[in-house]
Amino acid sequence: MTLSSKTENSSQGRPYTVVGARHGKPDALDAMAGLAKYTDDIALPRMLFARILRSPHAHARIVSIDTSAAEAMEGVHAVVVGEEMPTRYGVIPWTPDEQALATDKVRYVGDAVAAVAAISEDVAIAACKRIVVQYEVLEALTSPEAALANPQNKIHEANKHGNITKQVQLAFGDVDAQLAVADLVIEGHYQYHGSTHAALEPHCCVAHVDGRGLLTVWSATQVPHYLHRELAKVLEVPTHKIRVIQPQVGGAFGGKSEPFDLEFVAAKLAMKTGRPVKCLYTREEVFLAHRGRHPFDMHYTTGFTKDGKILAVDAKSVLDGGAYSSFGLVTTYYSGQLLGSPYTFASYRFDSTRVYTNKPACGPKRGHGSVQPRFAIEVQLDKAARALKLDPIDLRRRNFIGENTTTINEFHIGSNGFLECLELVEKASDWKARYGKLGRGRGLGVAGSTYISGTNYCIYPTDLPQSGVQICLDRSGRVRIFAGTSDIGQGSSTMLAVVAAEELGVHLDDVRVIAADSDLCPVDLGSYSSRVTLMAGNACLSAARDLASKVRQAVAKKWGCEKRDVILADRRAQRLDDPDVFIDITDAFILAEVEFGTMGSTGSYQTPREDVHGEYRGGTIGASPAYSFTAHIAEVSVDEETGDVRVENIWCAHDCGRALSPVLVEGQIEGSVYMGFGETVMEHHHVMASGLRTDGARRDTGPGKDGLLAHSSLLDYRMPTTLDTPNLYAGIVEKPDPRGPFGAKEAGEGPLHSVVPAICNAIFDAIGVRIDSLPVAPEKILAGLRAQRSGGQSC
Amino acid sequence: MPDTASPSPVAVAPVLITLQLNGEPTSVAVPPHWTLLELLRYGLGLTGTKQGCDKGDCGTCTVRIDGEPQLACLTLALEVRDRHVETVEGLGVGGEPHPLQEAFARVGAAQCGFCTPGMLMSASAYVDNLTLQDDPVVRREDIAAALAGNLCRCTGYTKILQAVEEVAQVVLDRQREIEESTAEEP
Ligand code: FES
Ligand code: FES
Repeated sequence: MTLSSKTENSSQGRPYTVVGARHGKPDALDAMAGLAKYTDDIALPRMLFARILRSPHAHARIVSIDTSAAEAMEGVHAVVVGEEMPTRYGVIPWTPDEQALATDKVRYVGDAVAAVAAISEDVAIAACKRIVVQYEVLEALTSPEAALANPQNKIHEANKHGNITKQVQLAFGDVDAQLAVADLVIEGHYQYHGSTHAALEPHCCVAHVDGRGLLTVWSATQVPHYLHRELAKVLEVPTHKIRVIQPQVGGAFGGKSEPFDLEFVAAKLAMKTGRPVKCLYTREEVFLAHRGRHPFDMHYTTGFTKDGKILAVDAKSVLDGGAYSSFGLVTTYYSGQLLGSPYTFASYRFDSTRVYTNKPACGPKRGHGSVQPRFAIEVQLDKAARALKLDPIDLRRRNFIGENTTTINEFHIGSNGFLECLELVEKASDWKARYGKLGRGRGLGVAGSTYISGTNYCIYPTDLPQSGVQICLDRSGRVRIFAGTSDIGQGSSTMLAVVAAEELGVHLDDVRVIAADSDLCPVDLGSYSSRVTLMAGNACLSAARDLASKVRQAVAKKWGCEKRDVILADRRAQRLDDPDVFIDITDAFILAEVEFGTMGSTGSYQTPREDVHGEYRGGTIGASPAYSFTAHIAEVSVDEETGDVRVENIWCAHDCGRALSPVLVEGQIEGSVYMGFGETVMEHHHVMASGLRTDGARRDTGPGKDGLLAHSSLLDYRMPTTLDTPNLYAGIVEKPDPRGPFGAKEAGEGPLHSVVPAICNAIFDAIGVRIDSLPVAPEKILAGLRAQRSGGQSC
Repeated sequence: MPDTASPSPVAVAPVLITLQLNGEPTSVAVPPHWTLLELLRYGLGLTGTKQGCDKGDCGTCTVRIDGEPQLACLTLALEVRDRHVETVEGLGVGGEPHPLQEAFARVGAAQCGFCTPGMLMSASAYVDNLTLQDDPVVRREDIAAALAGNLCRCTGYTKILQAVEEVAQVVLDRQREIEESTAEEP
């Protein structure tokens, strides 16, 4: 199902030929045949294998490390410890609190302390066991309450305010005054649990130093450019002596969006041994590396008029950050900044605090920082609709912010297809006939959301473009694209090929994309914040238009007509007014090369300076060139005997501006909905806690459990299989945004958000029980039903 | 205390085995503690078979042993001595993709592609076992059950199920045609 706005390719005045067609990925058969090369598929002559020794303690001081027995082992070529690369780094340059290998302290069970390179993994594992580390064990702080209650027990000694890594307080309008006049005030306490990306490809890195001293690093990363910078900093090697290549990546979802210990380790060991070194995480190490969804504890107070208009939103959140900052500074802003649409708030205030704890670090999982607050607000809206006896879809329509407008926190909204999204899911689910009428045990729930298409600013301060693309045409009618973009399965290389093929009049198969190799490609900042289609797409469009213009000019010269009379489409250059006059595109490219010389061009994208951000401190974070919009309806059935919740159907409609590749957009929607469903009802990145209670007393959970992962396998971390996954309906809404290439906005993260509250709202429709603390679990359902029987819950 | 008691894994004498690999007789020396997954990926350079967990939980290492889908990470290499092993590299015939490969590519059933080889091996076993006599209709539930041991983190399975369903339908239709044409013959 698609709601679309058909227009034509405005640069050439003809209908689209490639954009919007139902194509797959041009290189899909490589993956099918097992030919696609992932990092772990690389084997170099004389390659060594590295393993990392990790801390068994959640919080401890390192007294000494003795590597002599390991070094003496046959087959061991080198051992590395933290002192050899002590520079602190962090993906956010303002919060460098990580080290490749710990020197002073370990801060979670799994923190890296040493590494070995040996002739085989088996030898490296055996050698790690011979490294002796003496620890002085410290009190582990495994919950935000414990970390806040014990500011003197600092997880990072250099941190200014106890264990608080970041606090953001922003207010827009007079929240207290609006709450005072509100007809209805809803207060809610919400808990969002941790979950992780669990990409099926474990992190992997291969490093090698060649005869000229060039260090090449192949890594399963989604941010090759940031990795390049941090490698240079930590290894103290200039960037021009490092080449970073990202091979095919087996999924990332935010879990590969910053440097990890294995990349520094493999590089350092390659430098020490003069041989190629590979380091591959075990599945347990992937869970430990984490950087997944932050657990949030949220208190929301929302005021409404009696016709359901939102007067005030007051949000207080505590974010459980884990042992390091990661993207946490941004997460803390996003937790409040991304809530300002698709609804109008008459006033808004948020106060978010991120706390260090002795657990694997949290970071950006798909829908970074904004999935948790979205859950809270959308359940608040559902409660309000019940209290005001309004249809929850209607309540959302009444608060619609509109297009070409500004949010209360001063972000510019361009195109906005939220109403169309609501309409699409309302119809597809037959909402009007079925909502509230399915009988006890079965229910429907709705929710809506928005997300960014990239952020207006780079992670580090710079005036350089956020994305660069180079294109060459060759004499056989082919197009070659060089781009720093990072295809992690979402299809960014296909996106570039579509944009170039559309402008240059060739087929998708005629385009080769060479991506994510720092020696060959101009810089792109990476696959995060859903930025690539808009930013790299625009860079590619500008480079392709430049070439198309020259080709048309050369053909026009030959035909003695105007450039605007020549269009490029379907492997031909042809007269706009007479399709019978045409030449083969190869001949057109050759004409252009004769006229202009070798055919190449570059394009870059930088956020237009005029539409940047709010005029206040922090007003740049969360500001995006364009926003996507989404609506979900979920249908559930609940077994009141067992507390089991079965999600039967999920309808999702997503406004991606324009679907350059509808098949891939559907794939992003389906994958997002799947992932949101999984974290709502099945998944939990759970770290066992004893530590301290808020009253300072020890909780009695026995020794040795502090900070241990409750699951370290894909069996225990229960992600949905084919048998668990509900029917997913992906609807595309197209509201082209002038800032996107051909109007395109993001599609990779937005469609995850509102599935979570939609499921919880559906559970309430089914049995009248609110699940305000995630994940949904049978014991919570049963407890809610018990409370209901004793007259507890109402709305 | 450093662990110096365990024996050094440097010198483990390999064992020579022969097997049928993607239809070819193959002899290879393999350390006796290696899994089939290690043998395929490190010993034979067949990296199409993926390692997502090495614990039997994800299905990315699925191969077919004597036709049955099996997890290569849970199979000792020595166990496949004299048996038939098929990997994703052997799925297409004569340079042509297998119908499942074609369908997966066409409907967009692979995003990152990491689960794809294992998915294809499970799906090919399901499709090969379809017979009109046993069951004349294609059901999503049956396909979902056949693929339940293969995790995919990217697609939500929707397009994977669609691709397998399309191919399964073609397979049954063809069987039906053959049945009808032989029934017509006197
Ligand atoms: S690698 Fe064999 S099941 Fe995961
Ligand atoms: S396509 Fe990425 S895991 Fe299935």
